[in-house]
Amino acid sequence: MSYTGWIIITGILVGVTCGINGSLLVLRKTAMLADAISHTVLLGIVGAFFITQTLHGIPMLIGAAVVGLLTAYLVETLNQKGVQKDASIGVIFTSLFALAVVLLSFIGSQVHLDTEHALMGEIAFVPWNRFVLHGIDLGPKAVWMLSTVLLISLTVIFLFYKQIKISTFDHHYAILIGIPVGFIHYLLMTLVSLSTVASFNSVGAILVVAMLIVPGATAYLLSDRFINVILLSGLIGGLSAILGYWSAIQLNVSIAGAMATTTGLFFMLAFLFHREGLVIKYFRHRLRSQ
Amino acid sequence: MNALEITNIKVNYHKQTVLENVSFHVPEGSLTGIVGPNGAGKSTLIKAVLELIPKHSGAVKVYEQSFRQQKHLIGYVPQRNEVDWDFPTNARDIVLMGRYRKIGFFKRAKKRDIEIADQCLDKVGMLDFATRQISQLSGGQQQRVFLARALAQDASIYFMDEPFSGVDAATEKAIIHLMKEWKNEGKTVLVVHHDLQTVEEYFDRVLLLNKVPIEYGETQTVFTMDNLERTYGGKISFLERATVLT
Repeated sequence: MSYTGWIIITGILVGVTCGINGSLLVLRKTAMLADAISHTVLLGIVGAFFITQTLHGIPMLIGAAVVGLLTAYLVETLNQKGVQKDASIGVIFTSLFALAVVLLSFIGSQVHLDTEHALMGEIAFVPWNRFVLHGIDLGPKAVWMLSTVLLISLTVIFLFYKQIKISTFDHHYAILIGIPVGFIHYLLMTLVSLSTVASFNSVGAILVVAMLIVPGATAYLLSDRFINVILLSGLIGGLSAILGYWSAIQLNVSIAGAMATTTGLFFMLAFLFHREGLVIKYFRHRLRSQ
Repeated sequence: MNALEITNIKVNYHKQTVLENVSFHVPEGSLTGIVGPNGAGKSTLIKAVLELIPKHSGAVKVYEQSFRQQKHLIGYVPQRNEVDWDFPTNARDIVLMGRYRKIGFFKRAKKRDIEIADQCLDKVGMLDFATRQISQLSGGQQQRVFLARALAQDASIYFMDEPFSGVDAATEKAIIHLMKEWKNEGKTVLVVHHDLQTVEEYFDRVLLLNKVPIEYGETQTVFTMDNLERTYGGKISFLERATVLT
């Protein structure tokens, strides 16, 4: 496949994976925790590198999952000990991320892993980092990693759909009818960590937050069924990747930046034009006053 | 026979004791109101009993066995403002949540479950709203959807947390009707309640609570001005005083 084709496929996978998992966070009102995890997973990646001395996919995914869970756990613990929720997110998020940045500077120029790359990503480089098995070129590594994470996410959501739904809507009722709400919470946090680390090379730690939260927030405005919010969010994520790539080429700007900006445009449109949106309200008002 | 035996419950929140020495037993088929001032720990008490929040100590027995073994007999109607009514779903879906323990978490709801959900909605006068997005329902209608979910659970002991707060007259009637029906079926109902005027009318037993239980027993004997003064610590308003005494 062509260089352009791989970039678009990677972008779509980032958009769909982050969109689907992010929509669950938006519904659970834990979007800021996603922001935190998207940064702290850098510590997981650096940690995985320190242990294995390579930048292979699987140790990176494991490292990210561990640190993602650690983040969620520490935030929860501080919160239970009386620190306010947003303050505990702020404290944990910045300190783990700072630790990762310090460790990164130790690695220095040993490998292609630096702060700028981690923060911004570069999807244009993705097609060159190939997955070669027994001498056979199987395509870019990022595509494999993202597909794996997408498959895991879909499986988890399919299997635990009801549990996720009830515990999101009514936490206490969920406990009463025997849903392991803690397990579900950490399971979803694991999915966020995996999505983030798989998207890291392409869009970086900052823009991955846009890909996680904005499609979900947009879909939330447009749909009134739980399943539709999830699916629509994935669709918006994927479309943003395609439109973002196209506009980046037209305007000769950063691809990841254009993708994230496109999610923002989708949100704006939804915000103005959804059933209760400002534009619709305005015209309804005018019609009525005539 | 006692449906519920509660022994020595104590709850701490951030190292502060918010509830202690709570022991009482609830006979089968009774309607019990849990009454006390704001911050008395009424909601905390039922949440601790239902193991929704951790308790420091204490034991709960349901029909002489441990709570965990008998959890399936329990129905719960949370305070309306504790859930997110902007959640993307409709009324029927909420009621179906009451059936999930019977359906199983990994199976789809069958036609029969949907019929039962609709019957429950019909019972509280909400069948016409079955496919309505829940954010578009009024406060009273939302409360009735919660009642329908409790009905769908088909429990033996119901806990309701301030079901009457902020609802219209029709909903209030629906709740009372349902409570009476449950009582006639031999079911046991516990309600966190704050409106002193209606206590005598609605409940045959009362627990007066203010961080510790002040008094517990049959409404006629327990619900006296003296006991209310002790519970509310003199903070009882003139209006409430007037209505209770009449």
